[in-house]
Amino acid sequence: MPFGHDFELGARNILQEPLQLGRGIVNCHTVAFRDDDLVAAVSALRDNELGRRRMEGQGQKRQHGRDSNCANILGMDETPAIRLRNLGKIYRVTEREPGIRAALASLVHRRKSEVRAVDGISFDLAPGEIVGFLGPNGAGKTTTLKMLSGLLHPTSGDLSVLSYVPWKRDKAFLRQITLVMGQRNQLVWDIPAADSFELNRAIYRIPAADYKRTLEELVALLDLQPLLGKPVRNLSLGERMKCEIAAALLHRPQVVFLDEPTIGLDVTMQRRIRAFIAEYNRRTGATVLLTSHYMADVEALCRRVVVIHHGKLLFDGELADLVKRFTAHKTIVVQLKDCAADLRAYGEVVSCEDGRLTLRVPKTETARVTERLLADLPVIDLTVADPPIEEVIEQVFAQESL
Amino acid sequence: MRGLVDLYVQQLKTGVASMLQYRATLFIWLIGNILEPLIYLVVWSTVSGSSGGSIGGYAAKDFAAYYIVLMLVNQATFTWVMYEFDYRIREGTFSAILLHPVHPIHADIAENLSSKVVSLPIMVAAAAGLSVIFHPALKITLWMAAAFVPALVLAFLVRFLVEWTIALAAFWTTRVTAINQIHFMAVLFFSGQIAPLAVLPYPLRVVATILPFRWTIGFPVELLLGRLSPGQVLTGFAAQAAWLIVAMAILKFAWRASVKNYSAVGA
Repeated sequence: MPFGHDFELGARNILQEPLQLGRGIVNCHTVAFRDDDLVAAVSALRDNELGRRRMEGQGQKRQHGRDSNCANILGMDETPAIRLRNLGKIYRVTEREPGIRAALASLVHRRKSEVRAVDGISFDLAPGEIVGFLGPNGAGKTTTLKMLSGLLHPTSGDLSVLSYVPWKRDKAFLRQITLVMGQRNQLVWDIPAADSFELNRAIYRIPAADYKRTLEELVALLDLQPLLGKPVRNLSLGERMKCEIAAALLHRPQVVFLDEPTIGLDVTMQRRIRAFIAEYNRRTGATVLLTSHYMADVEALCRRVVVIHHGKLLFDGELADLVKRFTAHKTIVVQLKDCAADLRAYGEVVSCEDGRLTLRVPKTETARVTERLLADLPVIDLTVADPPIEEVIEQVFAQESL
Repeated sequence: MRGLVDLYVQQLKTGVASMLQYRATLFIWLIGNILEPLIYLVVWSTVSGSSGGSIGGYAAKDFAAYYIVLMLVNQATFTWVMYEFDYRIREGTFSAILLHPVHPIHADIAENLSSKVVSLPIMVAAAAGLSVIFHPALKITLWMAAAFVPALVLAFLVRFLVEWTIALAAFWTTRVTAINQIHFMAVLFFSGQIAPLAVLPYPLRVVATILPFRWTIGFPVELLLGRLSPGQVLTGFAAQAAWLIVAMAILKFAWRASVKNYSAVGA
């Protein structure tokens, strides 16, 4: 066996900075080592400022390569945190025409029809990755998230999250994941959020010391102190969402599913939540799969996006590639003296205000058009840009399939 | 086990805190729980008075004792899980509960108990008030009181498990109200609520002995009133234990099937 045994160290600890230990780099809270590195690693952890923190599960033997929650330790080939293969979900729904006659008919005979909500999706998420999961309403995003978190049983395909089969809803699995669904509440409506947090501590059996530390951290990061004592029903939407997210993360899940975490929130609050998600991921190394209709969320958090439409995978790759692949156009903005000149010969004129002219041209034409503009006109300023990401996504969604 | 105790303590705390937010609602619920036995009390007292002073061994004062104790026992074992489940499924709040790494019945039991804690003073006051008005014939001996405690606990557990299992119907149909109605009728007749079982015709008494409802309400009441022989008491405990085991087994099976169905048709 090339790597000997792996050992789990310091689970539940958070490393603020990546830590070099022998041949392993520790960048999240579960660490795997080779046998012969173990002693050095343990003493290094003790010498480090982390020495104050508890080390757990010391020397616990594990199967090689499994359950390693840190990426790239000892160069081991890593198991994906989330793995979908040909995942499918078909709902059977009863159909009925409107009206009394149809209502009576449906008593005798119910017409069933099948709805393919998710239709053969495959992708992997590496541990620690943040991925944006995009698609128009009804594309199958929420259905997929529900299958990933174990609420729904897939109709076909394979699915594993942290090497568990989600729908079996193993308690050990449930302790390591969380699903934040928009407005749906983790919180007890009539009592202060602090009491709901305490309840979650008991539900997830979080050790008192860990709970205290995590709570302090969350309170600081999300600025919850002034909210803790108020009944949840008296909180504003944004305040409630912050508490909701905190409640969902108290048990330090390694896999976080976020369904529209910023929906309905103002721009400041959106930015706040976004920064928090990034920070949580950095501190804990948690894997995050996030859906959002706000492209700002996706741009700020996710290098990689997975786009689905009509239950099928449309795109999986870097956000920048998505833009490249789905836009045949570039936008050229030219600053002129005024809008007098007719520039329709150069490309599609999108707008012109105070001499600031926006042109849309085919990508392949960009260089040629730019050159001509500069040669033909008294151009004060010129910029070439990809169209805004919203526009790209709109175009992607407008496509039936790839 | 320590984790479970901690969970119950926390659930009780949050439950009591939530209940106190809705004192008015709780009070209205309680009025119902007080009025219903009160009506039967008045009716049966009147009937017994007009038919020679006693029916089935119950005089007016006995009916008073029976229904005052029944009111307390019913309150102690009362649940509303059926409405709760119906609401959870319709509003989609069940998903969050399913994601918890603990069986949801624990939270429900704890919440139920917390409402009992809050309502206890009112119920005791109501019982005292009714005692002043109706002069119940109540002589409680020490051993009856001692046997009453486990009988009440078992009654609570059996009723809770049975009603929680029936509440699972909400997973399968949106017409839960009809099922609830049937169940309430069965409880009314076979638990000793509408009349002490001794007053009922023989065939109904036989059915009541077989069904679980008597063991969840009537049995502890009759036990405390000293109307049961030691043999009958032991039989009652055996019946309660048997129903507890049966209900647990059915619940386990039904719960699995329900969740499976839920996760197939859409959570």
